[in-house]
Amino acid sequence: MKSIKEKKKLHLRLGGFFFVLPSIIAVAIFVYGMILWTINISLSNRNSGYVEKVENVGLKNYTDLLVDERFTHALSNLIKFTLTFMLATLLAGFIMALLLEKGIKGEGFFRSFYLYPMAISFIAMGTAFRWLFFTEKGEDAAGFNLILRSIGLGFLQNDWILSENGAMYSMAIPAVWQMSGYVMALFLAGFRGIPDEMREAARVDGATEFQIYRQILFPQLTPTVLTIFIILGHVSMKMFDLIVGINGKSYGTQVVAVYMWEATFDSGDLAKGTAISVFILIMVALVVVPYLRYVNKQEAYR
Amino acid sequence: MRKGSIRLIAAASAIALAITGCSSSSDETANTDTQFEIFTWWASGGEAAGLGALVDLYKAQNPNTEFINASVAGGAGVNAKAVLVSRMDAGDAPDSFQAHAGLEVIASYAAQGKLEDLTSLYQSEGWDKSFPADLIKQTTLDGKIYSVPVNIHRANVLWWNPGTAAKAGITKAPTTLDEMFADLEKFKKAGVKTPMVLAGGEGSWAMAHLLDYVLVASMGPEKFEGLFTGATSWEGPEVATALKNYQRLLSYGDKGKNSFGWGEAGAAITKGTGGFFIMGDWASAQWQNEGAVLGTDYTFAPGPGTVGIYQWLSDTFTLPVGAKNRNAALTWLKLAGSKEGQDAFNPLKGSIAARTDSDLSLYDDYLKAAAADWAKDRLVGSTAHGVTADNKFMAAMNAAVGKYVSGGAKDNAGLAKDLAAAQAAVVK
Repeated sequence: MKSIKEKKKLHLRLGGFFFVLPSIIAVAIFVYGMILWTINISLSNRNSGYVEKVENVGLKNYTDLLVDERFTHALSNLIKFTLTFMLATLLAGFIMALLLEKGIKGEGFFRSFYLYPMAISFIAMGTAFRWLFFTEKGEDAAGFNLILRSIGLGFLQNDWILSENGAMYSMAIPAVWQMSGYVMALFLAGFRGIPDEMREAARVDGATEFQIYRQILFPQLTPTVLTIFIILGHVSMKMFDLIVGINGKSYGTQVVAVYMWEATFDSGDLAKGTAISVFILIMVALVVVPYLRYVNKQEAYR
Repeated sequence: MRKGSIRLIAAASAIALAITGCSSSSDETANTDTQFEIFTWWASGGEAAGLGALVDLYKAQNPNTEFINASVAGGAGVNAKAVLVSRMDAGDAPDSFQAHAGLEVIASYAAQGKLEDLTSLYQSEGWDKSFPADLIKQTTLDGKIYSVPVNIHRANVLWWNPGTAAKAGITKAPTTLDEMFADLEKFKKAGVKTPMVLAGGEGSWAMAHLLDYVLVASMGPEKFEGLFTGATSWEGPEVATALKNYQRLLSYGDKGKNSFGWGEAGAAITKGTGGFFIMGDWASAQWQNEGAVLGTDYTFAPGPGTVGIYQWLSDTFTLPVGAKNRNAALTWLKLAGSKEGQDAFNPLKGSIAARTDSDLSLYDDYLKAAAADWAKDRLVGSTAHGVTADNKFMAAMNAAVGKYVSGGAKDNAGLAKDLAAAQAAVVK
């Protein structure tokens, strides 16, 4: 009796396995196989289309990157962008969630209102923001500069994405605008996940509203904050379409992914391009993999 | 011994040709192929219209050949080139494809054995006489000619608005850089908003285009060509002078600190808010498309300091090794190189014919003037459009100029150093 049951189980399992097999094969070839192929190219001397004999050059392409002023420039741009983007999005999303959390009138409307920017593609938004970031000042101002001028803050007009030091900070504005609604939704879900009994119990114990937030609610949002950091972090590190949509491949706002595109497709330097790709992969993996392990562990507990 | 071996090779190839039934290009074999596939990046606007005119001619002459137009859209062939290379690597070459004359044809394709030698086609069609020798040189490697030019664009053209110029008291086109600076000063005094129109967007290529012109204007064609052979140093005094001129030109505009494409920036000329603009002659076709009138809304002259010099770029067609419909391709190349074909294509494309004997009555006033200059001027290749430089150098030059501009157009030495590094990285 028992063995028949076990056999059936095995059958089911095998059947299930065969159902997912096609996608396993596809992922194995087109994701992991391609990653290996990319690594393979990045270790070769295919630095142009004219290479006669393809040879393994070890880590040369990677060590070259470290001293490549263009690469370090793109990396420092990316770091500036990522820090601004993550902190500002987190803050904006948190404040919006806090305001909605109380259950104000028309919450449903505001929720979708703030979430809507997510629905716009980076490229379409980039084009619109390119116009908003118009650099003319004074009489011919347009976009943000015109807004600033007409509300009497003309002295704040600046070069935005073309300014020498602030370009990447400006570049973060549209990204913050787009993602903060999403962060708000995540925070709201976090708040809603906390049972009302806790608040009530705290109130019975005589806690003030501030104390309730500070001592009861915020500590329970830590996993939410971690999730948000991971999501924003990997979106930011792979950032390409928004940057290209706003300012093309221009040097001033070039980030790592844009430099990868230039190296691979404009210069035809496959080895360098793939080395940069692998660098991005490792960078994202460093952030995402520990998180996935953490989430898996959490789920195993349940 | 040597003679003997040459004779042997000749005999062997003659036999091979006879056995395989392949017609050599000088044969007068009729086109019996049922298909012909051409690969370009002309997918829209005047470019597609020009190609269409040529295709219509071809179809009329070859009713039994099915025409396959495999164009891959994307500015300057960025997407198309990648697709093309992967197709050729996979042994699936189109029957003919578009490539810029210069290093693109020579280094990227011919040197790698991807193209058939077309020298005999040049002889049988008499093209060695109809195309300028300087142009043929740019598609030649080791004495063999590898592609057929269909058009010529000019890069070093100065554009301005006659009305705006009159207001500023400018009555004739400047012919030297010094005269240009004097006129820019007049524009400035007359209150013209942007004396020097600059397009800093689109990955800075238009800024590199301007620098390319300033280099020629400052050091002359010989020294300029030396930059790419190593005879002139990128960090030498000639380039330093050129960069000073460049810097001075930028100071009459917003130093390139804008994210305009050339089209957006160039509108300042037809609207009358801009002084001078240096851009290739596709600007003229574009403005006419927008309804502007040559002579009233804009006018032209050779770039100051480059009078008598024609900085050019040229689209050409090739015959890849392994083309499946070789006869059909040869017929196409003959048409593309013919007077009839070029005069159908170019008035729509907004370029002049590569041939020196085209029927000028079909072309507008600008193109007529350009054709006259093309016939007599000293020809210099364009760097920003791939004649003197390969794709790798172009990408590096755009980035170097972008860096210079985003740094406020101050670091001349740094720009020279970046350009020298770009030249050093070029594969010989």
